Amino acid sequence: MAVEPILRMKGISKSYYGTKVLDSINLSIMPGEVHGIVGENGAGKSTLMNILFGMSVIHSTGGFEGSIEIAGQPVEIKSPLQAMSLGIGMVHQEFMLLPNYSVAENIKLNREVLKPNFISRIFGPKLQSLDYDQMYADSRKALERLNIGIDEYALIAGLPVGHMQFTEIARELDKQNLRILVFDEPTAVLGESEADHLLQAIKEIAASGIAVLFITHRLNEIIEVCDNITVLRDGRHVTTKAKQDTNVIELAELMVGRSMSFATRQRQSSHQGRPIMEIKNLSVDMPGERVRGVNLTVYEGEILGIGGLAGQGKIGIANGIMGLFPTSGEVKVSGASLELNNPSASIAAGLAFMSEDRRGVGLLLDSSIELNIASGAMFGTGRFVKTWGPFSQVDQAAIRENAEKYIADLDIRCTGPKQHVRQLSGGNQQKVCIARALTMNPKILLVSEPTRGIDVGAKQLVLDTLRRLNAELGMTIVVTSSELAELRSICTRIAIITDGRVAGILRPDDSDVNFGLLMAGQPIDKGA
Amino acid sequence: MAASSRTVSGSLLHGRLAAARSFAIRNMVTIMFLVISALGYKLSGMTPFLFLMDIVARISRNAFLVLALIIPVMAGMGLNFSIVLGAMAAQAVVIFVTHWGFGGLPGVLLSMVLVTPLAAVLGLLTGNLFNRAKGQEMIAGLILGFFAQGIYELIFLQLVGGIIPMDNPAIVMSSGVGVRTTIDLTNGLKYGLDWPGQYWGNDLLLRPTLPWVIIGMAAALAVGIIIYQLRTDRRRRMSTAQLVITGAALAWACWWSVQQIQSRSQINWIRVPLLTWLVIAAACAGVHFFSKTKLGQDMRTVGQDRHVAAVAGIDVDRVRIIAIILSMVMAAWGHIIFLQNIGTFSTYGSHEQVGLYSAAALLIGGATVARATIGHGILGTVLFHTLFIVAPAAGRQLFGDAQIGEYFRVFVAYGIIGVTLAMHAWKQVLQRRSAAQ
Repeated sequence: MAVEPILRMKGISKSYYGTKVLDSINLSIMPGEVHGIVGENGAGKSTLMNILFGMSVIHSTGGFEGSIEIAGQPVEIKSPLQAMSLGIGMVHQEFMLLPNYSVAENIKLNREVLKPNFISRIFGPKLQSLDYDQMYADSRKALERLNIGIDEYALIAGLPVGHMQFTEIARELDKQNLRILVFDEPTAVLGESEADHLLQAIKEIAASGIAVLFITHRLNEIIEVCDNITVLRDGRHVTTKAKQDTNVIELAELMVGRSMSFATRQRQSSHQGRPIMEIKNLSVDMPGERVRGVNLTVYEGEILGIGGLAGQGKIGIANGIMGLFPTSGEVKVSGASLELNNPSASIAAGLAFMSEDRRGVGLLLDSSIELNIASGAMFGTGRFVKTWGPFSQVDQAAIRENAEKYIADLDIRCTGPKQHVRQLSGGNQQKVCIARALTMNPKILLVSEPTRGIDVGAKQLVLDTLRRLNAELGMTIVVTSSELAELRSICTRIAIITDGRVAGILRPDDSDVNFGLLMAGQPIDKGA
Repeated sequence: MAASSRTVSGSLLHGRLAAARSFAIRNMVTIMFLVISALGYKLSGMTPFLFLMDIVARISRNAFLVLALIIPVMAGMGLNFSIVLGAMAAQAVVIFVTHWGFGGLPGVLLSMVLVTPLAAVLGLLTGNLFNRAKGQEMIAGLILGFFAQGIYELIFLQLVGGIIPMDNPAIVMSSGVGVRTTIDLTNGLKYGLDWPGQYWGNDLLLRPTLPWVIIGMAAALAVGIIIYQLRTDRRRRMSTAQLVITGAALAWACWWSVQQIQSRSQINWIRVPLLTWLVIAAACAGVHFFSKTKLGQDMRTVGQDRHVAAVAGIDVDRVRIIAIILSMVMAAWGHIIFLQNIGTFSTYGSHEQVGLYSAAALLIGGATVARATIGHGILGTVLFHTLFIVAPAAGRQLFGDAQIGEYFRVFVAYGIIGVTLAMHAWKQVLQRRSAAQ
């Protein structure tokens, strides 16, 4: 081929603390090409982009293997600044914008147009004045390339999200040496028409000769704009295909794949218990995990899984029911209406919650195991408290007895009930959380990300514990997890949350395609 | 916006009301103090002459110190209470300059030159400390002030006269060790800047009367506005309404001044320390100019979001240190201006309230820990010291006891910082709530 690829990444591997997160990834992009990268959370998309952008998190954890070539020249990218000087631009997932600056000041951030003045001639270039006229003119030009009517004088604070996104893109376009532009899930925050506009802009940017790397989980967008598509799964390069050789269904299947080490739970008999919790039109204002009107019924004695990609709102559901974030809608537990936005009411209604933020919300790290196990019940239901008229006292003996029971039952590996929780491994900390939840004698156990941050062996133990609780005690459990394989191994039903709503409810043994489509926001019937 | 069925005039009125309400919320501290000051002035029964004489002196004394706080706020470091260190450096230098026998304008200028490197080094150290306590700069600065007090006392109570030789009975205590608790600057630095002619035997040099200064300032402001309007992009010019109001205020100030001059009232006896005011004006211009430079823009960037600034390639720590150095040097100069105006100072106490009073003045002017402008600084200085002047007299009129007014003004200085910080937090809650709706 006559034209040299503008970017070639060869054999990229990366480990964090002994865990391989990327395994010999190859990628090459031509100038003017739009290259899509798809994959689930944890597939390695972000790590790959961090390597390309020279982020310090890569180099502070031992660097990476493999080589990067830009326009045929091997390069070592050590810092974001260097990446920028090589002509790599990145539109970040979270905005890198300053609300009290105008659009133009944001576009020109740390690349302000300067003009010398009397003072700067004496004290040096840092005291040169800003050339606002030129900054506004340049910004106007960059915005016009995007073909969007944003006022370059407007402050970022108060702009709609879509305009913020376009400001970010204009900032990259304004860089004269831009050769490769990375979009990291740019449409996640956009409405439909804005997303369309963005895709149009991406095509035009590519037409001007800039190579575009487009990361998203919206498969229809990938099909619409990309020339070639690379699929990553579990840090491995699954395939790279040209757009015309593939379709949404195939991509969905490739993305989810079957990589799990857990056996999928067999389809249960269709018998369902009576409804124990009914959720109607639940909205939760949890930053980054917004829930926008979820309807869901939980049946007695089941394990209901809540899955979906990060940021789609699945985490917000349990947090909202427990009253931890501003919530509206209606929740009924055993037929009685639950008072929202009041954690005490949720606990009183017989709900127990194991937070996804185990170390921040779930545990008192510098307290003993026994106190951690007892604390929920102590404050929630007044168990373990002896009252003497106006005074109350902690019932140490009962706390000790309870803790010893659970240490034995759940096999918590520790030196004794007085050991501080901070010293335990992640898996054992999680068991303490389970013990605490059980001590509250809940009707329904809400579990968020039970295996986050614990090693593989311990994961299996935690999952087994949940399954046992369900089988032996008949406890109703709602598990929220980013790891689909995990949900499929223990749940009876799995609700997939996309864009803050229930996209669909699947059986654990439904096909990969269906899971992939729902997670990508595609209705199943349309694809299948 | 989509047109609704509501009448145009109705929605206009609604918009005006909402705008007025948000203006009131944004400026509630300043408005509250305007009202209190006006009431206090009425109650005190002071004559305009006494009041104006006092306020002119207090503006010359304090404005520069307040300006020293603006740059760290710009860099997102909150109110820089560590300017107490700059004040200590200034006192140290003033003690030595007095010992060497310098006085008048030359003495003041020499002090400013000598204090600059000292304050810069203190600023460098403080900046490094603040970089290790990001987000806690205000409390770190306060505690640092107490810590430095100990070192300052060690040097001037024990070392001077002992290890550092100083043979001067006017400064050193009779035992020969330690600096006296009060230093008299009469026949030394006193009025060196306010009254430079005094040193050369010309009392009236650079000391015009207040009405003429007001006319001069009004004229300068008018010329400034005209130039601004001509040179600025149409979208950022002042609106007609703003122009009319400003023009009317300036015209009234001139008319009032001319009347005073013609009526030969007492007001004509008030003489303005013009050189000091010019220095303050230069500081304002300097801070303004600085905020429009690359370094100033970097500071505002760091001030809004350290993470975004770092990703954009700005050396955040370095920018923060420079902000503290600039603030510290300005504070040291400001304290020299303060001392030469007072003419006598308490060696171990005069610096203590500098951080607190300057911060209170800035906050009263409408600044927050996240945003402060020159306008906030000047307006705040005027309002805060108006309260200082009228409070004792108002207390005497109200309760028959000046001491109560005295209590009130001290209590106000501390209270206002707490109240403003709480109001700032409350304002954020209000704004977040309205953003959520």
